[in-house]
Amino acid sequence: MNHDLSLSLQDQVKEAIAKKHTLAIVGGGSKSFLQSAKADAELNLSGHRGVLNYEPGELFISARAGTPLAEIETLLADHRQMLASEPQHFSQGENLATLGGAVACGFSGSRRPFAGSLRDHVLGVNMLNGKGERLQFGGQVMKNVAGFDVSRLMVGARGTLGALLEISVKVMPKPELEQTLLFECPSVHAVKRMSGFVHRSLPLSALAWLEGYLLVRLEGTETAVSAASAQIGGDVAEQSANFWLSLREQTHPFFRRHQPLWRLSVPPAADLPIPENEVFIDWQGGLRWWQTDRSAEYIQTMASKAGGYAYLFRDAGPVIGDSPPTGLLTLHRSLKQSFDPDGLFNPGLMGGQF
Amino acid sequence: MSLSKTTCAALMTRLGKVLSKHALLHDEEALRPYECDGLSAYRQLPAVVCLPETVEQVQAVLRICDELQVPVVPRGAGTGLSGGALPDHAGVLLVLTKLNRILEIDAPNFCARVEPGVRNLALSEATRPLGLYYAPDPSSQIACSIGGNVAENSGGVHCLKYGLTVHNVLGLKMLTIEGELLDIGGKTLDAPGYDVLALLCGSEGLLGVIVEITVRLLPCPECAQVMVAAFDDVAKAGAAVGNVIAAGIIPAGLEMMDKLAIRAAEDFVHVGYPKHAAAILLCEVDGARVEVPEELQRVRQIMLESGAFEVRIATDEAERALFWKSRKATFPAVGRLSPDYYCMDGTIPRHRLAEVLTRIEALSEQFGLPVANVFHAGDGNLHPLILYDANREGDLTKAEALGACILRLCVAVGGTITGEHGVGIEKLDGMCMQFKSSELSQFLRVKAAFDPQGLLNPGKAVPTLHRCAELGAMHVHRGQVPFPELERF
Repeated sequence: MNHDLSLSLQDQVKEAIAKKHTLAIVGGGSKSFLQSAKADAELNLSGHRGVLNYEPGELFISARAGTPLAEIETLLADHRQMLASEPQHFSQGENLATLGGAVACGFSGSRRPFAGSLRDHVLGVNMLNGKGERLQFGGQVMKNVAGFDVSRLMVGARGTLGALLEISVKVMPKPELEQTLLFECPSVHAVKRMSGFVHRSLPLSALAWLEGYLLVRLEGTETAVSAASAQIGGDVAEQSANFWLSLREQTHPFFRRHQPLWRLSVPPAADLPIPENEVFIDWQGGLRWWQTDRSAEYIQTMASKAGGYAYLFRDAGPVIGDSPPTGLLTLHRSLKQSFDPDGLFNPGLMGGQF
Repeated sequence: MSLSKTTCAALMTRLGKVLSKHALLHDEEALRPYECDGLSAYRQLPAVVCLPETVEQVQAVLRICDELQVPVVPRGAGTGLSGGALPDHAGVLLVLTKLNRILEIDAPNFCARVEPGVRNLALSEATRPLGLYYAPDPSSQIACSIGGNVAENSGGVHCLKYGLTVHNVLGLKMLTIEGELLDIGGKTLDAPGYDVLALLCGSEGLLGVIVEITVRLLPCPECAQVMVAAFDDVAKAGAAVGNVIAAGIIPAGLEMMDKLAIRAAEDFVHVGYPKHAAAILLCEVDGARVEVPEELQRVRQIMLESGAFEVRIATDEAERALFWKSRKATFPAVGRLSPDYYCMDGTIPRHRLAEVLTRIEALSEQFGLPVANVFHAGDGNLHPLILYDANREGDLTKAEALGACILRLCVAVGGTITGEHGVGIEKLDGMCMQFKSSELSQFLRVKAAFDPQGLLNPGKAVPTLHRCAELGAMHVHRGQVPFPELERF
């Protein structure tokens, strides 16, 4: 399905400006655990879809923001390519997640420390700002320093700076082979062992820890993967692709406890006193998922003492997500003002602030 | 507008209270070395040069300038190629090279905290004993500073695989023009709120003054090997680049040099590149010891199938270093062929490579100025070097006009006017070609969000709408652009 709704979307934005209405930007509605914006009207991008340009040899894909992520992934897989940052869908098995939604949330999966984040791979955006202007930033080439890097600023901005219409992202070749090795290991030793693996020039694509096991995912040519596997030992995991998918999409039984889920982004070697059965460690230690009833203050203090930050990722009701750091709040407000002077888009989604 | 006598006196008195005598330059003779950066075609003496040694001093200088409304141009090592550090004649040139300490090498967290004046290569040299290095390696890495790299979002020959500066920086400490210290990111792989870090990388000193950088360190690859493939036709070499990528290989570096560049480099470094080749590709593969030779063989095969008449693989580390030395020395080597050269920096989609090179060749003939091409072929970043003689009347104007045609061509094929050197003062007109006025206005509003008075590096990176309108008017109304007889892309 291919639909260009950009003119109608632009009209809706102009109408909202005229009526002094606020707009809630809606994509596929996949990330229902996140609070949606309370606004006067909806700006629905899910019908604005279609791949605009895909040249496998150029290593990029451009698509309208409402294009389902699954459609893009299938197309790339047909050409032995992928979105290297493994953006989460959180669609509960349905293909609701859109490219625009993924970029607006800016989540990246387990390959993040080794292949970069979704933000790293965004090359350009075409967007509507709060004045109803259609703007193009960045482009389709990897190296581009003309003008401020507005495209990457949009990643994780939760649609508060504008509505994304088209996005170009860098794609990478899909590795020939994947193999996951398991090592029994207490969580307290996990991070140190991960760091040891990083120093050994292995074709790593994920280093995680869950339920008593260190998980080492190798990806690359057959030669490289088998050599690395022979070098480090461990038990070969069965059905590892599904396993990683269940971790990425948080459908693994670990995530099914009825407790608040906290996301802690910390320096990878951080030593955090989190009980073993409550944590999933990802990103070579840089990301800790903690299911706990502990107070927000306790968790956030722990993360900030370790040099990182934490926010509530999932709870019984919808959550707000991350918030700007206090010291940068004024700057955040000025930036919001510069793109969306009337506070049109997604009010309250930037940390409940604006 | 120059500084009024009273403002200048007040400025000197107040700066004199925070900076020692040797850190505050005012005499014309002392200012002279700072009149330009790596783009020497543009020269301008600043009113004052400040060489602070501490963050507090930088902060004090900014506060004074903010209060007196004096423009501030930040400068690192001055190796920039777009005039981004060209002084403002009525302003302070804030030189950050004395903030040159590596504050911390945090090996367990794979990062380092550095002051902005730390040289790019010095950091990798300091971390190498720990088996770690800082990936971005611009050709000027011996001299350029990491603060400058952040300001320009510098790339380098290995960014095809390891990314640009923006992909390798985790945190920044930045001073606003008001002297407020902002802490952005840290040692984590992401940060809450807007991605201010991404916005600051490549912001060319327009948004703030960076006083500390946390960079990511990567483990040194176990093994790296490089090959040189020679082609009798530029188009074949261009196609070979696409074929390597299409085969699912991401080399650590993939560089191309054309005939003139090869000749220049060869006369300078004597590596033994085949001098009669129309183009050569330099391809580096890195990774695990078992993997590299296999991948290199695959690349070799692709090069031969794409029409390479000769493929040489460096036999040892010394030869590898020599191959790279020659590539990295191309700019100075070309400098020996001609009294002056003008370096361009457009990026194009890879599959338009052959076509663009052919058109550049045609332009070169039309303008009567030789063009040597060296570029990061893997990511389509071209560096056409236009050879001219500044002492020959009209040559510089001709070179600039040819340059503008090349940039227009880059934009026309879906690329950009600058891949890694930045806009600076040099490509302001190019910005008018690439962006609409609504987009430029958005840039200006972002600038104002950080620096409402417009004191930081004024007149750089983002053109005023007025300038673009005049440029447009020049094309449309007067029709008297330089060399109107030439086709423009």
